Amino acid sequence: MHIMEGFLPVTHAIGWGVACLPFIAHGVKTLNRQVKERPEQRMLLGVSAAFTFVLSALKMPSLTGSCSHPTGTGLGAILFGPTAMAPIGVVVLLFQALLLAHGGLTTLGANVFSMAIVGPIAAWLIFRGGRALRLPFGVSVFLAASLGDLLTYVTTSVQLAMAFPDPLGGFKASLLKFLGVFALTQIPLAISEGLLTVIIFNALRRFNPKELQELDIKGVQG
Amino acid sequence: MNTRTNLILLLAVVALVVLPLKLVKRPTPGPDGQEVEIFLGADDQAKEMVSRISPTYKPWARPLITPPSSEIGSLLFALQAAIGAGFIGYYLGSRVTRAKLAREAAGNS
Repeated sequence: MHIMEGFLPVTHAIGWGVACLPFIAHGVKTLNRQVKERPEQRMLLGVSAAFTFVLSALKMPSLTGSCSHPTGTGLGAILFGPTAMAPIGVVVLLFQALLLAHGGLTTLGANVFSMAIVGPIAAWLIFRGGRALRLPFGVSVFLAASLGDLLTYVTTSVQLAMAFPDPLGGFKASLLKFLGVFALTQIPLAISEGLLTVIIFNALRRFNPKELQELDIKGVQG
Repeated sequence: MNTRTNLILLLAVVALVVLPLKLVKRPTPGPDGQEVEIFLGADDQAKEMVSRISPTYKPWARPLITPPSSEIGSLLFALQAAIGAGFIGYYLGSRVTRAKLAREAAGNS
C-alpha cells in the first residue's frame, strides 16, 4: 500500500523524489552493465520485474482486518544487487499511479524510496549477512524478502509521520499510529512474501543453476 | 523433495491468507445501523489517520485517472498480476524444457 496522491506536503514530495535519483541512476548503470556483459541474463531480469508485478498486485487480507500487498522486490535485489530494483520499482509504481489511482505521481518519490530502494537494499544486506553467518540458503532468502517487505512499510510510516507529526506527541506518537496501520498489517504479508520468494528461488535453482552461477551470487549454490 | 517443500510453503501462504478471513470478526453495526466495512486497504486507513492528525490538511493533487468502479480497478490489478505471472510461467516452462532436452541429449551421446 503506497502513500496516496497528494498526501505528502510539496516539500516532502520533492525531497523524496530527489533522494531517489542517485539510487535510480546507480540501478540503471548496474542493470546496463549486467545486460551488456551477460545478455542471457535479460530473461532472469524480466522474471524479477514480473515477480514484483505479480506480488504488488495481490492485495491480501491481514489479521488487523485491513488489506495490503507484498512488494516482491527481494528477489531482484538478491539476484542483481541492491539498487537494481530501483528503476524497476519506478515502472511498477508508475503503472499503478497512472492507471490504478494507487499511490500517485506526487508521492512517487516517497513510494519509490520505500519500496524500490529501502526494501531491496535491506533484503540484499540481510541475504548477504545470513549467508555470512552460514544460515541455510532458504532461510537467508526468507529473512531477506520478508524483512525487506516489512521495512518498506516501516519506511512508509516514517515518511507519513515526518509529514504529519502529532500535534501533541510529535513525530514519535505519529509514527506509532502509522506503524499500527502499515507495519502491523504487513507482518503476515511479509511472511507470505518471504515464503513466495523462497518458492520462486527453489524453482529457479532447480532449472537454472547455470544462469544463477553466472550471476555469481555469493552462496546461491550452497 | 524440492517440489514437496514448495508445496508445503505454498500451503503456508494459503493459510496466511485464509486465517485472517476466518479470525477477523465484523464489528457490530454502530448506532446508525450501518455495517462496518472490514478488509479495506491500509492506505485508506492511513488517509483517515492523516485527517485525524492534521484535520486542516488538504491533499493538493488528485489521481489523473481513477478506475470508474472497484470492478474496473480489480480488472486492472488482475491484468497486472496476469502479465507478471504469464512471464514467469513462460520463463520456467522454457527452462524446464531446455533442462529436459539437455538431459536427453546427454543420455543419447
